Amino acid sequence: MKYLPEIITALITIIAAPLIGGLLTGIDRKLTARMQNRIGPPVLQPFYDFFKLLGKEKITLNQTQMVYVLCYLLFAIMALMMLVFKQDLLMLVFVLTFSNLSLVIGAMSVRSPFSKIGAQREIIQMVAYEPVILMMTVGIYLTTKSFMIESIFQYAQPMIANLPLVFLAFVFVLTIKLKKSPFDFSTSHHGHQELVKGITTEFSGPQLALIELTDWYDLVLLLGMISLFFAKPFWVGILIALASYFLEIVIDNISARVTWRWMLKIVWLFGIGAALTNIIWLYAKL
Amino acid sequence: MGNIFQNIISKSRKKSPWIVHFDCNSCNGCDIETLACLTPLYDVERFGIVNVGNPKHADVLVVTGSVNHRNVRVLKNIYNQIPEPKAVVAVGACACSGGVFKECYNVLGGIDQVLPVDAYVPGCCPRPEAIIDGIVMAVGKMDEKAAKMKESRSLEAVND
Repeated sequence: MKYLPEIITALITIIAAPLIGGLLTGIDRKLTARMQNRIGPPVLQPFYDFFKLLGKEKITLNQTQMVYVLCYLLFAIMALMMLVFKQDLLMLVFVLTFSNLSLVIGAMSVRSPFSKIGAQREIIQMVAYEPVILMMTVGIYLTTKSFMIESIFQYAQPMIANLPLVFLAFVFVLTIKLKKSPFDFSTSHHGHQELVKGITTEFSGPQLALIELTDWYDLVLLLGMISLFFAKPFWVGILIALASYFLEIVIDNISARVTWRWMLKIVWLFGIGAALTNIIWLYAKL
Repeated sequence: MGNIFQNIISKSRKKSPWIVHFDCNSCNGCDIETLACLTPLYDVERFGIVNVGNPKHADVLVVTGSVNHRNVRVLKNIYNQIPEPKAVVAVGACACSGGVFKECYNVLGGIDQVLPVDAYVPGCCPRPEAIIDGIVMAVGKMDEKAAKMKESRSLEAVND
């Protein structure tokens, strides 16, 4: 049993990540409600929703829809595993993109116009944030001379010292990744708008439950990636990640959704601009 | 083990009824009261109730107003898109019996002429508390419906 510690770590991650993600989502809903002067649902509400959806009738619109949902889930878990085992950061970004693409293809595979427009908007979102995430990996490579996450932990300084602007750009992109307002136009949290539920419109019952589960994994993964910037000591990273999640909740509540043109302009100008400036500065320093 | 899982699902069902609200032929009085339930004063999200606006995600169909020849097709379409187990709540006098429009030539009557209704909320218009009460009553029948869903599925399997 050479790999026993690794297997145990993997199992703990698979079980603990959705518990943490679900709890954070529950706290998000409670905080949102308090900010709107409401009492709000119990903190365990996301878990109630999840189990209720599991018990619903299984409706699939075509034979492959479930495959795409499973791809979405499994690739997200794989990306989280790569973070936990401190593997290649560049590969992690690609796996995460693949997970997101599976959902897009799943939404494209049905004939509903709501689902299709939602999927197209999701693609536009990916076009907006992928360059920033790639620049983050480039910035980390320029600092540590390696794409391995392991090297971030071995580096003498925390990443934030060399990549402050990249960090700001990543926090900016986090709003899009978490599908929060003002960038929630591929799937809105409130379903009675122009797109119904956008990309998730045609997924129901257990499929929707799996999509929610994946969102929890994604949340933990993204907060983990934020804490990479503050890798030493580890608990500072976690605190900063939670603080930026709180910031996301505040932004979610004070802003109205923008159109995709606005999002492209804002993210490409400020997101890519900030990240590029940082990388040019790193080159100049070398 | 399976039993524990069933218990969790049955408990969750009562704690997270997602509604889809359909205005059949209403004067908007009941609609406004239904939407008032979502405001901070009544805040139905306390009970996990969310207005999802998408029949494929919903558990409870909340109907206001009476059915007529025009919208009966739409109403049935929305009902059929909701995955089992599902419940129907008729909100307001018109939805319960046809109200002042009962026996009009252009009106079919209450919702129960077309769909199996689980909870009637009388009033013109009913208070938000009464509407929340009606939804909670309908959710109380969910377990029964889930059992029926299983039964019909196993019957289908035998017939196949």
